[in-house]
Amino acid sequence: MTKEGGSPPAGPAGPGKGEREVRVSLPGHLRNLADAPPEVALRIPEPATIGAVVNAIEMTYPMLRGTIREIETGKRRAYIRYLACGEDLSHRPESTPLPEPVASGQEVFNVIGAISGG
Amino acid sequence: MPKVRLLLGTRKGAFILNSKGNRKEWRVDGPHFGGWEVLHVQGSPADPDRLYASTWTDWHGQVIHRSEDGGRSWEVVGNEFAYEGEPGTHLWYDGTPHPWEFKRIWHFQVSPHDPDTLFAGAEDAALFRSGDGGRSWRELPALRAQTGSEWQPGAGGLCLHTILIDPGNPDRMYVAISAAGAFRSDDGGASWKVTTGGLESEFLPKPEAEVGHCVHKLAMHPSRPDTLFMQKHWDVCRSDDAGDHWTEVSGNLPSDFGFPIAVHAHEPETVYVVPILSDMEHYPPDGRLRVYRSRTGGHEWEALTRGLPQKDCFVNVLRDAFAVDTLDPCGIYFGTTGGQVYASDDAGDHWEEIPGSFPRVLSVEAQVLP
Repeated sequence: MTKEGGSPPAGPAGPGKGEREVRVSLPGHLRNLADAPPEVALRIPEPATIGAVVNAIEMTYPMLRGTIREIETGKRRAYIRYLACGEDLSHRPESTPLPEPVASGQEVFNVIGAISGG
Repeated sequence: MPKVRLLLGTRKGAFILNSKGNRKEWRVDGPHFGGWEVLHVQGSPADPDRLYASTWTDWHGQVIHRSEDGGRSWEVVGNEFAYEGEPGTHLWYDGTPHPWEFKRIWHFQVSPHDPDTLFAGAEDAALFRSGDGGRSWRELPALRAQTGSEWQPGAGGLCLHTILIDPGNPDRMYVAISAAGAFRSDDGGASWKVTTGGLESEFLPKPEAEVGHCVHKLAMHPSRPDTLFMQKHWDVCRSDDAGDHWTEVSGNLPSDFGFPIAVHAHEPETVYVVPILSDMEHYPPDGRLRVYRSRTGGHEWEALTRGLPQKDCFVNVLRDAFAVDTLDPCGIYFGTTGGQVYASDDAGDHWEEIPGSFPRVLSVEAQVLP
């Protein structure tokens, strides 16, 4: 099976002015769908928020639109969790600033599927 | 020699089974979309290498895929299914109003003439159409407008699972929804008529009500588009006036509960069902897996057992997991909830299990390739 997607195109070294580069890990189903590596580096505009990370995932991998947030409502899907720095960020508003270790690329922003059997 | 290709949707991926046409030896290709629930895979009659697949998980929702090369490669296409206007409510299991919410696509029907035109049946029940190969979808809202507020989900959900198109008149379509009923359009989906006359369902407050019958599947022979066969929650029925009136043809079946129903490719009065014990007991009577065939359009049924397990068998065959091919003799195929796939190359007289143990089989389609 071939897929659209793959690693995001390499940009110039380091984020530009007004940008941050964050590290993102996607769940297995979505890595397969996007043909993405286990961890991807994504540029996001400042302010570096939870919503900016999810926007960047959807911009880089358009085939994932609807698989993390519902298309019709923009809400995080019920069985998706956002974890970083040992915290569950899932229930915070999308406008919430990322923890600085995530915004600075030291720590990974993890998108995971909740453990729900199946 | 023509080849046969089976498109299997399962609980954990899609599989493509290829035979050289003798329908004895099969090569299994897959899983495609491993780990995803694949509700349906269907090919275009006009371009058999154009395939559409509906994949879904609880975690990530619905993703529609398209292939241009018979399933060797796939691309993600349109994934946006928006109800037209203010969707309103249908009834929930407890009879209270419940907002309409899109969950997933159960079934495709690709146009007989155009590979880019297809219909998709949704849960919560609605009919969507794409004219650009699945890249964008529009609802045909008239279907829900008339009686949708009275629809109530069956145990599997409020799903639109059957879409039949009259090959001689594409404006005539039939759809069926669990547990709402059967519907016909004579104008390409712009308006719909409830087609449940004569049906009776004892679980309804009024057994002969217009809305609320749990239709499990409809089948039609392309040469007789006014004749329909129905497997209902209980009862096997037929209509000879495009669904306006139905009569029960369960006859001597050991149980008239079941899910799939299909018509022989070359004999419009030869019909197949797979009886299971009851609405609560979804396995064959006596632990014997028997397909029943009527050569008289119903009433008189014969058990087809040669090559099927006749002891300690407690699997089910789901509504979309039964298919016929167009070769002569007609090939018949079905998959079970236990992951077995059976094939008959003589219209059901003899069966062989296709080697392989698959996840729970949700759908089977058969294609004949030159």
